[in-house]
Amino acid sequence: MGLANYQRLVGDARFHDSILRTLYFTSLAVVIPVVLGVAAALAFNRKFPLRGLARTIFILPMMATPVAVALVWTMMFHPQLGVLNRILSQFGIPPSLWVYDASTVIPTLVMVEVWHWTPLVMLLVLGGLASLPVDPYEAAKIDGATSWQAFRYITLPLLAPFIMVAVIIRTIDALKAFDTIYVITQGGPGTASETINIFLYLNAFAYYNMGYASAVVVVFFVLIIGLALLLLWSRERFKDNVR
Amino acid sequence: MRAKPIRRRLNDLAFGLSVLMLVSPAALVFLWMLSLSLKNEVDNTAFPPVFIPNPPTLDNFRAVFERNDFLRQTWNSVVVSFGATGIALLVGIPAGYGIAKMRATKAAVLILIARITPGLSYLIPLFLLFQWIGLTGTLWPILITHLVLTVPIAVWVMIGFFEGQPAELEEAALVDGATIWQAFRYVALPLARPGITVATILAFIFSWNNFIFAVVLSGRETRTLPVAVNNMLTFEQISWGPLSAAALLVTLPVVVLTLVAQKQIVAGLTQGGVKGG
Repeated sequence: MGLANYQRLVGDARFHDSILRTLYFTSLAVVIPVVLGVAAALAFNRKFPLRGLARTIFILPMMATPVAVALVWTMMFHPQLGVLNRILSQFGIPPSLWVYDASTVIPTLVMVEVWHWTPLVMLLVLGGLASLPVDPYEAAKIDGATSWQAFRYITLPLLAPFIMVAVIIRTIDALKAFDTIYVITQGGPGTASETINIFLYLNAFAYYNMGYASAVVVVFFVLIIGLALLLLWSRERFKDNVR
Repeated sequence: MRAKPIRRRLNDLAFGLSVLMLVSPAALVFLWMLSLSLKNEVDNTAFPPVFIPNPPTLDNFRAVFERNDFLRQTWNSVVVSFGATGIALLVGIPAGYGIAKMRATKAAVLILIARITPGLSYLIPLFLLFQWIGLTGTLWPILITHLVLTVPIAVWVMIGFFEGQPAELEEAALVDGATIWQAFRYVALPLARPGITVATILAFIFSWNNFIFAVVLSGRETRTLPVAVNNMLTFEQISWGPLSAAALLVTLPVVVLTLVAQKQIVAGLTQGGVKGG
């Protein structure tokens, strides 16, 4: 029967786990870069000495070859020889197993993802900041608003569309994350970091289950498009509410 | 010079510290990569960690180049990236022009879908197709799949630039009896040169960095650098010096491009927020 692959998907606990894991990874890998990216954009929107250089260094992670960087992270995460645990132990902090333990592997991979993609959010929001009008700020100043109030009631609402774009892009990219996860853990330990994309890759190109993998692709694609549309829809609704 | 009030100074200090905290993770990972690549094996795993190589050694780089396949893999990467970038420009510049001038927004949405689709979903049918027509074992499958990254980014960037161009210049050319092709070739194209630079840089970087297509499609002879470096990790777990040297060499062209062309890259990326994969 033509639907056999889909029937198998419905009953495949490993696939279900990979969906939940992907959503867990994605939620963290969207929220943290967006919060940090907005903060970074606000910082880089001010003038300060060496700003150009600081910005260039800040965007390096997203330009650098992901595999090369993932390799360095892998070495840093090594429980005995890695530099992270060595630094922790110098400060008397107990070492972590990082990507070698099922309970810490996803947060650790999120950390790498945050490092990688916060710059993209920063750039998108910085572009938004550059387009903000000055008049509301002058009016707020005359009315005696604090800088927090100006941020909360002027900057943030005006910036909202740009932040929404960043959220959408980040969601799509986090759902699709592959390079760093594959290089650093290949879904391990066990299946503790096996996201949909890794599950898909293993089925297609390690187990050569092309039919089954194609069914996974269809479900994955529906999930991505669904989430993207949901976010676009909430953006439209949000816009209407502001007006 | 008037002394600043203490409150201002404290504010400046706090601001400086937060900028430092934002920037230092980026800087430290690259510096650690550099440090690992310039130290011997003992120093690389020493406790307490050795941060500054003393004395620095180039042995790790020598070891990388002594592997006779590293140069070949570099060549593979160069062929694929330049090929995929060149074709993307050939297709993307006229396509961007057409979409921008005809206001074909639907076509632009189609490009966005290419951006959303996970790379693996192209790979399953393409992998079988390449096997069927007997292209496996050559660089062609990798180059062709990289077009999925480079063409959309080139089209996307070029749409933005052509849309920003004033229409009057071309209209004047058309009134003077130029054909549409001539208006494109002699008026719009020279003016869009900054856009072409941006498209070239981004397409090249996306192709150079790509891992997922090459890891599936490349054989022993056709590995690109990211795949080669990943294989080194799997097979030479503990020789960190050569590993870091190889990682550094792979990402060096991109890092240098970013340092040199930061302005263009930022302009291109903010315009569409696009990234490959």
